[in-house]
Amino acid sequence: MQTNDELITALKTIVKPYVQDEEAFAQLTEQTSFIKDLKVNSANLVDVALDVEEKYDIEIDNESMERMLTVGAAIDIIRQKLAEK
Amino acid sequence: MGESIFNKRVDTNVQTCDHILQKLPYRKPFLFVDTLVSVTENGVEGRYTFAADSFFYEGHFVGNPVTPGVILTEVMAQIGVVCLGIFLLSDSSINDLKIAMTSTQIDFYQPVFPGETVTVRSVKEYYRFQKLKCNVEMRNSREELVCRGSIAGMMNVKSDA
Repeated sequence: MQTNDELITALKTIVKPYVQDEEAFAQLTEQTSFIKDLKVNSANLVDVALDVEEKYDIEIDNESMERMLTVGAAIDIIRQKLAEK
Repeated sequence: MGESIFNKRVDTNVQTCDHILQKLPYRKPFLFVDTLVSVTENGVEGRYTFAADSFFYEGHFVGNPVTPGVILTEVMAQIGVVCLGIFLLSDSSINDLKIAMTSTQIDFYQPVFPGETVTVRSVKEYYRFQKLKCNVEMRNSREELVCRGSIAGMMNVKSDA
C-alpha cells in the first residue's frame, strides 16, 4: 500500500495541467479543494478522475465522483477502490 | 474518425432526430442545426445551411462575408455535442437542461461562404460524469474538410425539473 505522501505526489502530477491557482497548488494539502482552491473547472475535474482511474486501474462510480472534491477525498477513494480490487 | 458508424448508414429513427431538435435550447439567430441525418450512442451527423442574410456577415468581414470561426465552432458544438448529449440523456426528464461548453480545440482548413451547406460528423470520445467529449469534423457540400477538432461540454440536468 502506498503512503499518503506518495498518493499526494501522484495526484499533484495528475492535477497540475488543470490548475488555475499556482499559489494554492504550491501549498497543497489533503484539505485542498480542487474547485474552490485550485480553481479547476468541473469538466477538468472529470479529466482528473479519468486520469486517476487509468493510473490506478480502478473505476470511480458516480457516488464517489460526487464526493471527490478535495485531495483528501480523492486519496480515500483511491485507497477504497484499490482495497476492493 | 468517421469509420464504421457513418458508412453503415444506420437506419436512423426519424422520430428520434425530431425529438432531439425539439429539445435543443436554441432559437434564431443562434440555432445552428437544420437536420440530423443519423444519431447513435457513438456519434451523430447533421447539417446546417448558412443563410446569406445571417447577422454576422454584415461585419465579418466588411465587404467580404465569410463565416466566422466561432460560428463554425458553434455549429459543430450544437450538432456534434449538444444533439448527441440530448440523445444520450434520452428522456431522463430533460425539461431543464443546463449545458456549458467547456473546451474546444479546432483547426480550420477551408472558408465557408454565405449560402453554403455544411455537414458535421461527431464521434464520442467519452461520456462520463456529465461530461461529453467528442471528436468533430465539418465538411462542405464538396465533402472538403472545413474544420476538425475536439469539443467538450457538461450536460447537467436539474433533477427537480
